[in-house]
Amino acid sequence: MSEPLRIRVQRQGEGAEIRILMPHPMENGLRRDDAGKLVAVHYIQTFTLKQNDRPLISGQLNTSVSRNPLFVFKARQIKSGDTLSVHWTDNKGAARQDAIKVE
Amino acid sequence: MQPLRRTFLRGSAASLLLPLLGTGLLRPGAVQAAPWQRDAFSATSTGAGLKALNIPLLSETRDIIVNAPEIAENGAKVDIEISSNLPNTRSLLLFADKNPLPLCAELEFGDNALPYAKIQIKLAESMRIRAVARTADGKNHVAFRDIKVTLSGC
Repeated sequence: MSEPLRIRVQRQGEGAEIRILMPHPMENGLRRDDAGKLVAVHYIQTFTLKQNDRPLISGQLNTSVSRNPLFVFKARQIKSGDTLSVHWTDNKGAARQDAIKVE
Repeated sequence: MQPLRRTFLRGSAASLLLPLLGTGLLRPGAVQAAPWQRDAFSATSTGAGLKALNIPLLSETRDIIVNAPEIAENGAKVDIEISSNLPNTRSLLLFADKNPLPLCAELEFGDNALPYAKIQIKLAESMRIRAVARTADGKNHVAFRDIKVTLSGC
């Protein structure tokens, strides 16, 4: 089971800055473990950030995104009571979704 | 009776979809979760990646601002901040030219999102990165940034 996503919203007037931490190994398949064996490639391929049920950002990622990456996005018209949700899928078929309510 | 009923059903199926046209569900500009673009992400050069994405021509612009450290001590986590001042920017792409797989990310923006992103990537060595913005008129724009890497991130 993967670790929960962390979503933080900082409202700036009518808009907001949205910070998303996606805990994930993001292995590029080139790294060797302590025993010298190559670690299998394992990374997030797609994610969607939604405001209520409307997509704000839809992203596709590659192995070159850092381990446990932090993303920052900006949006307008983020209101108190809105639900912000993030859903990702990785190359091994795993998926995870977490959501927060804007205060 | 039966043929008439079929006609009625066919007609109603089409008219059921019509109201969706106004709601944004069938609107061309809406962000949809597209399938991961394997060809572009497995390209081993920026040129091949651009080709796989069907981006033939890029005009260099000062309206895409790429912020990144001049010297990155740890190539495993380099903060890249991209923002586009081009009107109707629909998506941003980030390439790290000398990484084994240069295309790092593609981000599509919905109506309420600003064409801005901060993202953390691995860099194999000192190199030039490029941010590509695709605008609603179908044009593609690019901005570059050089980053020196002290410790490889790959």
